[in-house]
Amino acid sequence: MTLKDIAFKNLRRRKAKAGFILAGILIGVATMVTLISLIQAMTHDINHKLEKYGANILIVPKTESLSLTYGGLAVGGVSFEMQEIQEKDLARIKTIKNAANVAAVGPMVLGVIEVAGHRVLLAGIDFQAAKILKPWWKVQGSNPGDTGILLGMDAARVLNLKPGSPLKVNNRALTVSGILESTGSQDDQLVFTRLDTAQAIFGKQGRISMAEVAALCNACPIDDMVQQISGILPGAKVMAIQQVVKSRMETLQHFLKFSYAVSIIVLLVGGLMVLVSMMGSVRERTGEIGIWRAIGFRRSHVIRIVLLEAGTISALAGIFGYLIGLGATKIAVKFLSQGDVLVPFDPQLAAGAFALAVLIGLASSIYPAMLAARLDPNEALRSI
Amino acid sequence: MSYITAENLVKIYGQGEAAVTALRGVSFGLESGDFISIMGESGSGKSTMLSIMGALNTPSSGRFLVEDIDVYTLKQEQRADFRREFVGFIFQSFNLIPYLTVVENVMLPLTTLSIKSSKKRVLALDALSRVGLSKKADRLPSQISGGEQERVAIARAIVNQPPMLLADEPTGNLDSKTGAEIMDLLRQLNDQGMTVIMVTHNLECARYARRLLRMTDGMMHEEDPVNLIAQAECLTGQVGVALKVAGGAA
Repeated sequence: MTLKDIAFKNLRRRKAKAGFILAGILIGVATMVTLISLIQAMTHDINHKLEKYGANILIVPKTESLSLTYGGLAVGGVSFEMQEIQEKDLARIKTIKNAANVAAVGPMVLGVIEVAGHRVLLAGIDFQAAKILKPWWKVQGSNPGDTGILLGMDAARVLNLKPGSPLKVNNRALTVSGILESTGSQDDQLVFTRLDTAQAIFGKQGRISMAEVAALCNACPIDDMVQQISGILPGAKVMAIQQVVKSRMETLQHFLKFSYAVSIIVLLVGGLMVLVSMMGSVRERTGEIGIWRAIGFRRSHVIRIVLLEAGTISALAGIFGYLIGLGATKIAVKFLSQGDVLVPFDPQLAAGAFALAVLIGLASSIYPAMLAARLDPNEALRSI
Repeated sequence: MSYITAENLVKIYGQGEAAVTALRGVSFGLESGDFISIMGESGSGKSTMLSIMGALNTPSSGRFLVEDIDVYTLKQEQRADFRREFVGFIFQSFNLIPYLTVVENVMLPLTTLSIKSSKKRVLALDALSRVGLSKKADRLPSQISGGEQERVAIARAIVNQPPMLLADEPTGNLDSKTGAEIMDLLRQLNDQGMTVIMVTHNLECARYARRLLRMTDGMMHEEDPVNLIAQAECLTGQVGVALKVAGGAA
């Protein structure tokens, strides 16, 4: 027989009251876990999508430009000393410190061609790298071979060409191998061919106009990688494409703060429920506390019994609150996100939820416990 | 110096015009092994006296000493320790904890001691056997009779072998036969050396005591318990019972 036995037996006897206190904290913990897990899952989902998002670093030739006015009139920027990028230099990207984060490097050569009286932009690309850089591409037909071209949807419409159609570019006979389904981007207006084919058409063998790099971005140091690539390609300008990502992440961060605020409010309400219930419990047990004190229980023993009860309920609320929150998150992500979003067991969140539940349970029970301990044993016994 | 000494105890409840004086300078001395009955009308101050003797109720003035310990100079927690070591309480309404079994109720005073649970159980079962209830150790209080509940309360009061047993109307909620059994039990405990102090206004019970203290309007005086025999005869007409009890008390 220990103080713990008294606490546990009382909890078993007062199941309804214990259940009420448990529900108070459990709802708070479950709400907090649901909101935080949901944001974690969505952040994870965005990161995961970013990996599929394609290029997030752009390498373009470095140019010097001047802002020019002539006769008091601004005539815009004048670019000069453009330093072309050599295709072979891109191999050096594999030597940077964060090379493991580089998923693909896509060189591209650009130039204007004339087809059926229309001037269009021809892009020579590496179709293997394009699978990673532009995973959303869907091609009607097939990717081009040595003499094939792939048309963007708008380009195909304007040029009135379809797969199998022949065309001549700079006296070179080519065949449309496929048409790119609408992407909603500038790709719809372009004509694509293999990099070597385009280089041959434009006479730019071994040179490229720009390159796209896909870096695995889940916590990868994208700014560091930009610096590292700039270091090995001094003649190129390296830029990170992250505005969209940043804004989405900022939205999530705002939502995370909002979730913390909601969680705190719900947990405070839960704590208040514990306080009120424990106060009621102490009042109901005045006589019992009087007996304890009369037979020699110290004030500290009474406090320990009350806190043991509160701590036990809170610990259970912490465990079940986390599990329920996790379950609710799994259900919620099905409605809030497309595709399979993983909601993994997060030991840190689980430990945090448990600790917070116990902390709130104990903090809310300190005053009732003190009240119980301060009861005059003589008065308490007279209440029986 | 007596084993238990009360020196000019005064207890006033409330303040100003609402003040009620329950004790008006009570002094007495009790020896170890005494069996005292405190009698008096309702409101005479006997329950206040008992609570002060149980270290539960701080007197307004005066001193209360047990084994030369000035009880009310002790701090709150020390007084709790004093109650655990020196005092066994037997309440009129038994005051058992309803969700604990009989043996667990008896173990309560041992709860805070640093001894093994198995040892606590042995001590509790031993106390229960002394009151003849070891076979009902695992029942809940609601599953035993009133007399048995009182026996459990007595077992709980003696489990840690305190030198002093305080009983507040121990037969107040019992029929006369069961009451007599309980009084026999208290007498046995007193014979084993325990100091028993009992508050009652039952003459039959009071005659089990070796000494009688009567409370009147907050004042205490000692009476000869033999006088109770005549009073009991007058009230009950049971001469045989009165003589038998008086013989036992002699």
